[in-house]
Amino acid sequence: MSYVRLVNVTKRFGDVTAVDNLNFEIGKGECFSMLGPSGCGKTTTLRMVAGFEDLSDGEVWVGDNLMSSPRKNHYLPPEKRNFGMVFQAFAVWPHMSVYDNVAFPLQIRKLPKSEIEQRTTDALKATNLLSAANESPDFLSGGGKQRVALARALAINPDVMLLDEPLSSLDPHLREEMRFEIKELQQKYGFSIIYVTHDQSEAMALSDRIMVMKLGVMQQIDTPLNIYNHPANQFVFSFIGLSNFLNVVWRDGKLYLKGEGDKLAMPDELVPPEDLKGEPELSLASRPSEINFTSMTDPEALHGVVSRKAFLGEIIDYQIKAGEQTLRVQKGRRDPGPEAGENCAVHFERPFWYKGHAK
Amino acid sequence: MDIIRVEGVAKAYGDHQVHEDLTLAIKKGECFTLLGPSGCGKTVLLRMIAGFESPDAGKIYIDDTLVSDADDSHQEIPPENRGLGVVFQDYAVWPHMTVFDNVAYPLKIAKRPKDEIKKKVMDMIDIVGMHGLEKRLPSELSGGQQQRVALARALVGNPSLMLLDEPLSNLDANLREEMRFEIKELQRKLDVTVLYVTHDQEIGLAISDRVAIMNEHGKIQQIGTPWEIFEKPVNPFVFSFMGIANFMAVRREGADYVVGTGNQVVPWEKPVGEDRQWSAGFRPSDVKLSRSGEGLKGVVKRANFLGAMMDYLIEIDGEHLRTSIETHRALTQDLMFKAGETCVVSFLNLLWFRAEELQEVVKE
Amino acid sequence: MSTSSIKTKSSIGVGQIILFLSVAILVIVVAFPVLLILFNAFWVEGHFNLKNVIEVLSEPDTFKALKNSLIIATGTTIGSTIVGTFFAWLVTRTDLPHKTFMKSMFLVPFMLPSFIGAMAWKMLLSPNAGFINQFFIHHLGFTGPVFNIYSYLGISTVEVMYLFPFVFIQVCGALERMDPTLEESARISGAGLLTITRKITIPLVLPSIMSGALLIMLYSMAHFGTVAVLGIENGIYNIPTLIYERIHQSGGSFASIRTGTVLATVLVISAAIIIWAQRTILGKGHYQIIGGKSFRPMELKLRGLRMPLMIFCLAYIAFTIVLPTVVIFLVGGLKTYGLSFTPENLSLDNYKFILFEYQVTRDAIFNSVTLGFSAAIITMFAGVMISYVIVKMKVRGKGILEFLGMLPFSVPGSVIALGVILAWSGKFGINLYNTVWIILLAYIARYMAFSLKANSAALEQVHDSLVEAARSCGATMWQSLKDIVIPLVRPGMLAAFFLIFLPSLRELTVSIMLYAPTTRTIGVAIYTLNEDGETVISAALAGIALIIIIVGQTIINHFTKKEGA
Repeated sequence: MSYVRLVNVTKRFGDVTAVDNLNFEIGKGECFSMLGPSGCGKTTTLRMVAGFEDLSDGEVWVGDNLMSSPRKNHYLPPEKRNFGMVFQAFAVWPHMSVYDNVAFPLQIRKLPKSEIEQRTTDALKATNLLSAANESPDFLSGGGKQRVALARALAINPDVMLLDEPLSSLDPHLREEMRFEIKELQQKYGFSIIYVTHDQSEAMALSDRIMVMKLGVMQQIDTPLNIYNHPANQFVFSFIGLSNFLNVVWRDGKLYLKGEGDKLAMPDELVPPEDLKGEPELSLASRPSEINFTSMTDPEALHGVVSRKAFLGEIIDYQIKAGEQTLRVQKGRRDPGPEAGENCAVHFERPFWYKGHAK
Repeated sequence: MDIIRVEGVAKAYGDHQVHEDLTLAIKKGECFTLLGPSGCGKTVLLRMIAGFESPDAGKIYIDDTLVSDADDSHQEIPPENRGLGVVFQDYAVWPHMTVFDNVAYPLKIAKRPKDEIKKKVMDMIDIVGMHGLEKRLPSELSGGQQQRVALARALVGNPSLMLLDEPLSNLDANLREEMRFEIKELQRKLDVTVLYVTHDQEIGLAISDRVAIMNEHGKIQQIGTPWEIFEKPVNPFVFSFMGIANFMAVRREGADYVVGTGNQVVPWEKPVGEDRQWSAGFRPSDVKLSRSGEGLKGVVKRANFLGAMMDYLIEIDGEHLRTSIETHRALTQDLMFKAGETCVVSFLNLLWFRAEELQEVVKE
Repeated sequence: MSTSSIKTKSSIGVGQIILFLSVAILVIVVAFPVLLILFNAFWVEGHFNLKNVIEVLSEPDTFKALKNSLIIATGTTIGSTIVGTFFAWLVTRTDLPHKTFMKSMFLVPFMLPSFIGAMAWKMLLSPNAGFINQFFIHHLGFTGPVFNIYSYLGISTVEVMYLFPFVFIQVCGALERMDPTLEESARISGAGLLTITRKITIPLVLPSIMSGALLIMLYSMAHFGTVAVLGIENGIYNIPTLIYERIHQSGGSFASIRTGTVLATVLVISAAIIIWAQRTILGKGHYQIIGGKSFRPMELKLRGLRMPLMIFCLAYIAFTIVLPTVVIFLVGGLKTYGLSFTPENLSLDNYKFILFEYQVTRDAIFNSVTLGFSAAIITMFAGVMISYVIVKMKVRGKGILEFLGMLPFSVPGSVIALGVILAWSGKFGINLYNTVWIILLAYIARYMAFSLKANSAALEQVHDSLVEAARSCGATMWQSLKDIVIPLVRPGMLAAFFLIFLPSLRELTVSIMLYAPTTRTIGVAIYTLNEDGETVISAALAGIALIIIIVGQTIINHFTKKEGA
């Protein structure tokens, strides 16, 4: 069931198209993440949903209510949208106590005093802040401040919660902790989440569905596992984890590694799926941990030389030179592997093939 | 032969005793890393070796020359006469000088002939991969490029010893990874001794010939090759500092060693000693997870899909452990657990620590 | 490595020399004169005497001056705070048209000398002869003046016009740096823009408002020019003008100097209280409001008020900046004061006269330029050195050095002037009274704080590791100072130079207490000529001063822009 709907949403700043014709729907109670590098338009999209940015084109709907539509000359200001929102830099008000911060949205709505008290206390309880209610948020840690921001957003019982990189100002340990807390709050209150992040593991861990964006354009929308199993293109592949790309070319029905006159033939049994056969330029994508060392006679194996081997504790990191291209391989500290300078053969456990060469 | 000898050095700032009776020797030609948590005094030690700080007690020798003596003669050779290359965390390239002028400065100070300066500087700029950028000002360079300039400047005078103080911690993760190998390459190519100070255990493991681990109080815990430090840690501090570490409480009951509050007996290698309370240390890679079979029975408390990794929090009789498994392995080997499911855990290796030993680490 | 380079720790190094020089300069130039004032105020006939102090303060004249200082300062502070905050909010948080232009215009009063402004307002609004009052009486049938500038309200209003930028600039800075998400989160909470302004924005910038307001209080308490020009007619004295009157009239008699030192002590104490209050506010209530991601802050849509408010701003600028400036230039062109502004009455003769013929004004311009230049050069170099000790050296007692350096910032000009009179009129073997040297010393003391601020800021940017890198490259301490530190603080030194040179060109408060017939400065010449009824000559000189200041300021802006790029 769709609840938040974006239809052909576009945002231009002068000549630059920051967000290009986005269409997606978010269900009630769903956690939807927008994932991409900085400048991909994810924050701009969130701010258009919130009402802080005008749309250049398209429409934003919540349930049956139109939020923004430049064509219909319709715009509901942010204060009327009834969203909860949490910002990267916390944005808690240092001149108010924790309690007053959380009570603020309720006071603005002119609710009866007893109800304000009740709901503020509930929100503080849900975020484990009750003991700090009368303190100034300045005395709280980063995690504490972000809890205040969460409690403030929760207080109005919003249907939709907008989270703009809420964890990236926290240290890694706390980040994980808060991630679980957000998830628990969502399960308890049942709001939908639109979550903006550049951290793929955060998005994977938290979301029901993820939209990967690049330069304002949607690349893929799917569940975390599906994105992991079937990255739609090279960009998505490289964005969701460590990656290798080997560029190859077709010549006379055979695959060759790109470089030095494209003379190095690929192993005969390492072949792309049917639909990509015959494409003049292809790339073979792989994850460093999904490459194994194998015997030199393995028909699927690619041959190369270990140009570097580094002991990193849990893992051993290899750099393999195959022709002019390099591959990175990571094996566990117990797995046997070749030494630097030796010839080796590698086998791809999960090869992905994409049209065109990777840069 | 030792190029640096630090003998009985002490240093305090006000009431804060950073070092006490510190002794350390670094061999000529090696890449030596001083690894410790922030605030442990590793930078202070480097600065004393460089001559920016004076020890309160003890002696420091560089190349068998006494450079700091706080015990007998109370003499110090100022930093400019110690003949070192130093690279700082914040690059410290001079913003008003071009790349060329930055790199040329040590030679100009040494009053070398002009054409020699030019040749040496251009060679060094080439070596650090900055060819063609010699006329740029530092403000026109990225962080990684600025650090390359700093490296070139430190190396141009052919020092026998280079001190690096967290040179990569201001760079982003990708660049950090790339640069650490470049530093290692330079060290090999120019045959210079490197003393590298960092809190990042991965860099320490990746580039060093030997590593010294310092605890919060500036005490050296262990010195050894990266492999020795990682696989044979002398105490829980070193063990937990070098990577993700789990500890599982185990009690001795007669001849058996029993996990947590339950009654599952540890079937693997047993500790040596008379103590009753033990702690078994292990890393995620020491854990073998399965659905059934030999091992300790546990419950998956949290299952987290992180993309390439599945991350599990598992409880075994009141003891919690974190482990992860590559997602594609989890998928192919039916190890995609959900929270609440039971699992079986076995260990490839356990490191035994006495429970008190561990408590000391936790307290700190 | 040669053994000859080994040095023992106890030898006297570069550091000690610099430290010694810094302490010496600050003690001689700053500490000594100020201490002499306190000493003279409380030490009568060889012993400590508080009764005498109270006696002096309870004299009707002195008590009234105290009261006046307080009234004028309070009025000015309140007015400036309201005006400054309002305009700051308008140019940063609304969709007012031409905001950047307005913003730069609101900063113009910063560089205009307020006593010249006061002269202009005297010409415009003096009860009988003022052009505006006359216009209303003659053409609109008013029976009396519409506004009497010779009043508390008049003085405060003129001071507001020239002092409000202190608040304006602080509040603008705070509003611009403030994390926009602080306001956005209030908006998403359901608050409208006016509620946000009231409940979030204003409370968050309150510390900045207060700190600007206290600066104005400090400045106005000790302000000489405006009160001197506008107050004397109606017998309104404040502390600095009374000190000046007493010493000037009695030719520096003992009694007048005693009164002066007691009044000066009051100023020093109130300044100390204000500075303390400002530090407390900044220390306690200064919220961390600077944010991470930067978006454009929300703008209040003024809608129907957009044009009226723009016209209001333009009218304010025209009335308070353009009108007085134009009047000064026009009067400077008149043959005789009192004639109407018709083409036949206007000429450049006065300007030619003061620039090429009249010895008094030519001397004054020469004195001001040479004094300003020398003071700026000396203070710039001394400032670098002292800042270096304060920022970079790890020595004990540098807190005292910092305090001494910043002292003149809180010590009013008339106090400094009195202090140098006490110190350098022969009592201690050196008599510089009635020479340009005493003015130079006073300028150096007065502007040292400016130089320390600019140079400290520049030095803070020079991270220790830059020097250490040079040392490890083989450079000695001197070499690394020469090759690294000095080139890097050059912009700060340049800023310090102009920060001192330009204000000293229009300086009045200090010079008026110290001048002799041949050592008038531009400020003194304008003021005394005006007092002597040479209104047109004085206005012409004021016009010349304005031109020099504006040209100078343009050059600085040009420089600072280039340094920034």
